[in-house]
Parts: sequence; C-alpha cells; structure tokens
Amino acid sequence: MSDAKVYVIDGLRTPFLKTRGQANEFSAADLAVAAARPVLARAPFAPEQIDEIIVGCVIPAPDEANVARIIGLRLGCGKTVPAFTVQRNCASGLQALACARERIAQGRAHLVLAGGTEAMSRAPIQWNTAMAGWLAGVLRARNPVARARAIGGFRLSHLAPVYTLLLGLTDPLVKLNMGQTAEIVAHRFGITRTEQDAYALGSHQRLAAAYGAGQMHDEIVPLFDSRGRVYEEDNGLRRDTDMDKLAKLRPVFDRKYGSVTSGNSSQVTDGAAMLMLASETAVQRYGLTVLGELLGEEWAGVDPSQMGLGPVHAVARLLARFALSMDDIRKMELNEAFAAQVLACQAAWASPEYAHDELGLGTPIGPVDPARLNTEGGAVAIGHPVGASGARIVLHLLRSLRRHGGGLGIATLCIGGGQGGAMLVRAKGESA
Amino acid sequence: MNMDIDAANWRIEEADETIVLTLDVVGQRANALSSVVLEEFDRILGQIEVRPLHGLVIRSAKVNSFIVGADVNEFQKISDSVQATALARAGQTVFNRLAGLPFPSVALIHGNCLGGGLELALACTYRVAREDDATRLGLPEVRLGIHPGFAGSVRLPPLIGDLAALDLILTGRAVSSRQALALGLVDEIVPDRHLMHAAHAFIARHPRPRRAAWWKRTPSWSMVRKPVTRLLQRQLRKKANPDHYPAPYRALDLWRRNASQDEEALSLGELMVGRTSRNLVSMFLLGEELKRHGRRHPHDVAHLHVIGAGTMGADIAIWAAFKGFRVSLQDPQMEALARAVKKAHGFYKKKLKKPVAIQDAMDRLMPDTNGDGLHRADLVIEAIVEKADAKCELLRSVESMVRPDTLLATNTSSIPLEILGEALRDPSRLVGLHFFNPVAQMQLVEIVRGKQTSESSLERARAFTVAIERLPLDVRSSPGFLVNRVLMPYLIEAMTLAQEGIAIEEIDQAAMHFGMPMGPVLLADTVGLDICLSVAEMLSGPLGIAVPERLREAVARGDLGKKSGRGFYSYDKSGKPRRRAAHGHSDVPVTERLILRMLNEAAACLREGVVSDPDAVDVGMVYGTGFAPYLGGPMRYAEALGEVGIASSLQRLAQEYGSRFAPDEAWGRTDLFARRAALRG
Repeated sequence: MSDAKVYVIDGLRTPFLKTRGQANEFSAADLAVAAARPVLARAPFAPEQIDEIIVGCVIPAPDEANVARIIGLRLGCGKTVPAFTVQRNCASGLQALACARERIAQGRAHLVLAGGTEAMSRAPIQWNTAMAGWLAGVLRARNPVARARAIGGFRLSHLAPVYTLLLGLTDPLVKLNMGQTAEIVAHRFGITRTEQDAYALGSHQRLAAAYGAGQMHDEIVPLFDSRGRVYEEDNGLRRDTDMDKLAKLRPVFDRKYGSVTSGNSSQVTDGAAMLMLASETAVQRYGLTVLGELLGEEWAGVDPSQMGLGPVHAVARLLARFALSMDDIRKMELNEAFAAQVLACQAAWASPEYAHDELGLGTPIGPVDPARLNTEGGAVAIGHPVGASGARIVLHLLRSLRRHGGGLGIATLCIGGGQGGAMLVRAKGESA
Repeated sequence: MNMDIDAANWRIEEADETIVLTLDVVGQRANALSSVVLEEFDRILGQIEVRPLHGLVIRSAKVNSFIVGADVNEFQKISDSVQATALARAGQTVFNRLAGLPFPSVALIHGNCLGGGLELALACTYRVAREDDATRLGLPEVRLGIHPGFAGSVRLPPLIGDLAALDLILTGRAVSSRQALALGLVDEIVPDRHLMHAAHAFIARHPRPRRAAWWKRTPSWSMVRKPVTRLLQRQLRKKANPDHYPAPYRALDLWRRNASQDEEALSLGELMVGRTSRNLVSMFLLGEELKRHGRRHPHDVAHLHVIGAGTMGADIAIWAAFKGFRVSLQDPQMEALARAVKKAHGFYKKKLKKPVAIQDAMDRLMPDTNGDGLHRADLVIEAIVEKADAKCELLRSVESMVRPDTLLATNTSSIPLEILGEALRDPSRLVGLHFFNPVAQMQLVEIVRGKQTSESSLERARAFTVAIERLPLDVRSSPGFLVNRVLMPYLIEAMTLAQEGIAIEEIDQAAMHFGMPMGPVLLADTVGLDICLSVAEMLSGPLGIAVPERLREAVARGDLGKKSGRGFYSYDKSGKPRRRAAHGHSDVPVTERLILRMLNEAAACLREGVVSDPDAVDVGMVYGTGFAPYLGGPMRYAEALGEVGIASSLQRLAQEYGSRFAPDEAWGRTDLFARRAALRG
C-alpha cells in the first residue's frame, strides 16, 4: 500500500449538553457550525478551498436532510464544495473521519472538513404508519362519502407516537435496547454493579481533573444561545457525585435485577466535533501545523445482542494489520457507551477463552493499561451524542497524546447493531 | 412599426401590439424622474396613445431599482413656489396621460419603487412586483419635508383604503412587495423569471382594475373624516413638531379636504420652498455625496474582526453581520460575548423576521474568545476600553497576527491616532472608524485621519463604511474629532444650568423645542455619565472646558445614568425616566446658552480644519447626533442667524455667564463659512 499520509491539522468540539426532556436550542447543524466556524476562521486557507465536507449524524432533524451540505453552506464554504452525511450509528463520526481519510489517502482530496454532530434532544417524534395511511386515505378521498368513510377509519392507536430516539437506541432485529446489551455483556464477564459504578465515578473524576488542569479549553468552543447563556463545559459532568450517590440509582433497563443505571451509562446529549484533515501537499502549501496523523481504521461485526464487545474485535484487527501489540498503544479512547461494556472489553482482551473462541488467537492480546485508557474521562461523564462521539474521541486522543509525549493511539467505539470500529492515530509530543 | 422618438433615457420595444418601455437613465446608478425624463416620457405617451395597441409595460433597466423618485437635485434649483407647483403640475399631467391611455398599462416593479416612481406605478392600470425582500415600495416624501406631488395622495386612498394610504404618506415608510400585495398596492407578486409573463397575462386578460373594498373607504365618509383627522393629528404630534415639520400635517389636511390634484400641487409648491424642505433636501444630498465619496473605491472587506464586545464593539459587529459581512467578535469575557449574541438575536429577529435569514446572520457573527478570527480578517476594528496604553498594547499584538494588508481601525472617541500609531510598525494602516451609539440608528461614521494614516487606508475605510450603509465623514485626528467635540460643550452647559438650579426637565424641554431629538440631560444619562465624564476630562485640557462638579459627584456615587438606574434622572424598571411636571419657566436663556455653545465650538472646528467645510459640520451633527434636521445642521442655522449676530449674542452671554461664551475668532472670518458651490445647486 502506498497510501498518502493524512493529517489532522485542527479541530474543535462543542460542550456536550444534556437532554433535559425538551429540545435544546441547538440543532445538529447549529452545533457543527459552532464547532467548525473557528477552525475555518483560523485556517490559512479560505473555506472555499476545502475539497469536501463529510459529517456523521444518526438522527438529523426532518429539515436537515443531508445535514453535511447544510453545514457546509452555513459555514460559508460556498456552493461548489460538495458534502455528504454518513450514518453508522454510534460510530458515524468515526466513519466520517474514515471516509475523509480514505479520500485524502487516495490522493482524491487535500482538505476535508469531517466530524460528527447530533442533537439527540431534538430527535423527532413521528406519527406511526397507520396514522400516515389514514391521513393519506382522507386526503385522497374524492367525494364526501368516501371522505366520511376514510375519516371513520380512525383508531385511537393511530395517535401512538413513534419516538425515533428510543427506536434508534433499540436494536431492530434482536429488539433489545442498548442498555440491555450492556446488561448481557456485564453478566457474561461477571462485572458487578460496584465495579461499574467505580468506573463511572472515575470517568467523572478524570474529566473534572482535566477541566481543572485547563486541558479541555483548547478542544472546546463555548456555545452561546439566543437568551444570553453561555455553555463552556459538558454539563453532564458531576463533580459532586460519589459511590453512595451512584449506588442509589436504580437500574433502568433490566429494572428488577439489572446493574446498568443512568449513572454508569453514557448520557444522552447534544454535541458536535469537527476536524480539518489535510494531505501532505496541503500541509506544505499552506504551512499548516499538524495535530496528528490518521493511520487507518478497522471495522468488525459481533452479535447484535453483545454489541458492546465490538471494540474487542476491531482493535484486534487493527493491531494485527499494523503488527502492533497492546503495549505499543500509548493512549486509548474507548467510547464509554456503558461502564459495563468498557470493562467487558478489557475482560475479553484478557480472556484466553475469548481470544481462542471469538478472536481465533492462541494467546490473548491483553487489556489496555487502565492508566492509558480514557485518561480524561469518557462518555459516562461527557455524554454520547451518537453521531459526534467518534469524532470527539479522535480529536481528544490526538490532543491527549500530544500532551503525554506523543506516540500511537487508538480511538474505538462499540456500535449499535453489533459492530466495532477502531482508528489508529499517531501524534508527536508537544515539546517535540 | 418603428417609432422615431428622441428619448435618450427610455428604450422602446414593440411586439404583438404591446409596447415595452424600459427606463434607463443615462449615467446614473438608479432611475430618477428628472424633468428631461418626464418630457421624454410625455412625448412617448403622445405617440402611442393614438395607436391601436393591446397594452404598455413599463419597467426599469437598473439592477437594483425601478424608479427611486423625482430628481432631488432639481429641487434645489427651484426658487419660488409657483415654479415648484408648475413642476408638480407637469408631472401630474404626464401621469394623467398615462392613466388615460385607451389600453391597459402595467408597471413591472423590482427593487426600490419610491416617491414619484410609485406615483407613476399608481397611474398604471396594473402593478406587478418582484417577490423578494429587495423590492420595496413607498412614498418617502415627508422625509424631505414635502408630500407626494404627482397625484399620489389622490390616487392612493381609492386603491388601498384611506388609513393604509395615510400610513404610507404620513410615515414615509416603505413596504416589501409581500406587504404591498397584502395592502392591495400591487396586483401580483412573482419571481423575477415570471415578471414579463405576468405583465402580458394582465394585458391579455384585462381584468377590472383593483379598488379598495368599500369598508376600507369608510374613514373618508364626511361624518367620520373630521374625527379621524383629529385622531391622526394627535398621533402625528407625538412624532413631529408641526412648526418644524409641516409636511405630514399638510398631507393630512389634503386628505381631510378631499383635495384635487391642483390643490396637491399647490400645497407641494409651498412646502418645497420652505425652510424645512430646503434643509432636509440639502441634508439628503450631502448624505448622498458622502456615499458617492465612499464608493469611489470598491470595498475589499470580506471578514471583519471586532475586538471588544462592549456596547460599541458588539453593535458594530451585529450591524456588519446584519449587512452581510462575516464578522468575528473577540472578547475574553464570556458574559460580554453572551450579551452580544443575545442582543444580535433580538435585533435580527426584529429586523429580519424569517428564521432562515436570522440563522444566516447569526452564522455570520462568530463569538470569538481567542482571536481566531484575526487570521482571516481584512479589517480589524478595536473597540476596547478607552485607555491609550491598553489600546497600544492590543494594536501591537494585532499587527503581529494579521496579514500585512489587513486594515486596522480604532473606534476611539478621544485618543489621538498619532499616539496609537506609535504602537505599530506601519502606522499608515491605522485609521479611526468612529461609530455613534446606537450604531443601528446613527448613520454617521467619522473616518479619522491621523498624521500618518495613508490615503489608501482612508479610501478602504470609507468604502467599507458605505458598504455597511453608513455615511463616512472625513475628520482630522484632534481631541473629540468633530461630533463629540461640538456636543460636549452643549452637554456641559446643560449640567451647568442644572447646577444653577434650573429643572432638568426644563433644560431638556428647551432643547427638544429647538428640535433636538433628545434633551441633553437625558442624552448624557443615556450615553452613560462615566463615559461623559471621561470624554469631558479628556477634552477639558485641549478645549479649556470646566468639568461640572455635579457630574463628578454623580459618577463617584455610582450614578452612571440609565444603565445604573439613576443619573440626573432616576429610571423605572422599564428604563423610562421619571419626569417631574415642568413647572414655571426661569428667565435664564436656556436654549440660547445650550445652542450657542455648540455653534461656537462648531465654528472653532472649522477654523482648526477638523473638517473641511461647513457642510461637513452640518452633515456630521445631523447624522451623528440628530441635531435639528429641519434647520439643516448648526452651520446652516448659523448662516440663517447671521455670523455677526451670533458673535454679538455670544459676547452678551460671555459678559453675563463667563468667558466660556467668548466668541471664537472664526465668526469674523467669512471665508470659513463658504460652502462648496456644487451643493448650492
């Protein structure tokens, strides 16, 4: 393979904002525009010089069809810059980066704006198909009699709304919601409620520490709403939580005997992360400073009812392809869909049986050193706007690697529907 | 058939028995109805009215407008009311000819259709307008101190109803094509691509011309006419003093009398030669001249970066984004940016209404905590705290980060550009862009020239100013420039009067009576007493102004004016001043003291060459402070009073109230008051 090098030269994300029952002010496009605007403003090239815009988004609003195009036009990139939206559930943001990386690696593009965005609080509530059929019948009726008959076909059940957010978080084939798949993997690897809560607490504490140390502000652009409020931090972060508080929460998916609670799951949030990718040529032509390099990605499929184990397989493939061992990876961002699922991945990597039965390996590849994993917290504290998370973890991984001396890193996510995705990156240390 | 008509400004095409008449006034950006254009139009109508045609279509060849009105330049050449009335009669006759054609006529309207332009359209059988925001129709005559004179006031009420017609005539406001359709002012609105189709369809169908519904004409019934007039008069009085601005009252009177076209023309003739109209017209033309000056060079700004999200910085950024520029607004303080974003949203919502337009404007305005926008900026305007050291330090760092061709500007109201320029490697790129508060209302921007400012920087600054639809006025860098310097003695005198025990209500009343848009005490409170104090202190040295103790005390107490809820006035929760009923008048010459201090300072500015001529003083004070527009600005007012008379009045005041009234030596030099011949018409 003689692929060209692909660099990330800049990137920002919005603070991730919790969904509090009603829609937040920002749409998916609003969030992506807010994140990308400063990136374009401080770039030495004009927005029109971008070759392509690729954005991951799982549930765009009904008026945001091909949201990537809307974002491009709203950013002032002009009508000539093409844009498309990608959907791979929880890894949509990573998929966008993967597409952009491939385009540049193949020499087909030099500057690509890529990332992910999601306004989960705005996921539409739809009429069901029976209602749609009834409406169509009424509208089609040609005469009063036919119309009366059509109207008479109305049933109260037609009013039952379809919550696209809940549907999106439920596997369409095995009919389990994502939380239940986490319960399954927790059970399989014997991960206790206390272990999950302890992991979740750590996520909040690590994020709080990162904010305290001023490590987040170069990654986050504050959001301003029309009512004069400003959001500077992920508002799902709980600095005051502790084991007692977490222990009091009731399981939300397997309500009676389960262990997965809202406290040890990722939060339903709105947010966007947008990165600027550049070819070697572009870096030289515009004198760009490089944040890091995207080396490649791997995807893997697993049992949909155990979708949380996706990263186990994707990372295994990635390591194999690049002939690396877990020790070579200086930092890993493993998206915290659920604390149980992160811990299950670690257990699976450690397990000789899993290595043998599921990965076809003689020896396990071993877990990642917890000191290298999600060092500034993860989705449990930050939130998981599904389309954006993949882009966020790559962006954060690069910045985190640079702060800690550089080297190789992996960003990986489990994907609803039973997949895993993982991307290998490299960054130089800050002083270097 | 070939029509052989000598009409340089009209293009005549004929197909299928229909004439398409396209107005394209030679050498002008927009079409105005000069007497030559009207004569040509008359000749054309004379030729076609005798022919068996299907119809006539009238349109404009200009990109942005249909017809913007009568030719205002010609107003200045009129010397007496008989002549003015004759001009109106001539226009009416042509339009009557148009209205009397034996076949239907259609006005195809795009862009501005104002004044005489709308009156022409009203004389057509049908009006079809382009469906967009740029198409605007109105009768703005009252803004020039007159009312419609080409039969607009006669034709409009039967078409759209009396109240709607009076609303347009009395306020001078323009409406969009969508609103015009709702009013019945136009028959149809269509996208650009269908304008001609619609015109031909109207001619082919020839439906009955539109009339207002009967109930919209009820105010014209003789029983109700009088009470309606009284009601409208009362509303007018809240907006304009009839002694200063007679035109709307005259227009209302025409309606009350159910006046004929002759009476309209007669009334117009009288107004046109009156002081108010003369002065408003000259103000308008001076404004147009400033725009022309700025347009001499195309503007080269795509991205504006504003530093400092205080009132001025935020308002400049909000305005520029509103006018289509990409803007980054930098401030380290999140709360300041949050306030600015909130304000922007409120402003765009009010002005733009449509969600997509609001979103576009909001997208163009980027709050910027780190100065990311500096890298792209073509123009940087700093509007941070009014301290020379801070500004110098900022400008120095800005210069190191921006492109070498980025224009740097300061919104300082008091610091000499020469001092700020010292911070720069290249001081020739620094120019003053001094906006006035509130930016959305005050049209003036002082373009401040420092000793080292280059001509090209000034050109770029002027061009940008015109591009955001503000008026660029050249001033020399000297303390207070023009507007603040002339205003300050007036504000100080108001405070001195208050200190002497005159009720602040009486002081403000006197100024309002004179024709100022707001009394000086209330103005000081609105601007902020802290800002007044800092400007006063800064000017006190060079201009020898004594800062009133009462101002210092108020600021020391924390009474900063409207923003703190208390200044000279105290304010209720909605921000309205609590006024005491004005009691008996004192025998102090309040108005004279207030206004003469201003005139005296204006004369000093002329003498020192802060601005080039008296017109510049007038345009600056009228557009920058709202100085009684009907008087045409301080210098035109001084001219009316006579320079000698002013000097002796000042002398008298100096004896009684102190040397601050000593007449400036400028009053003895008639050469300073000479106006440019070009503008005297």
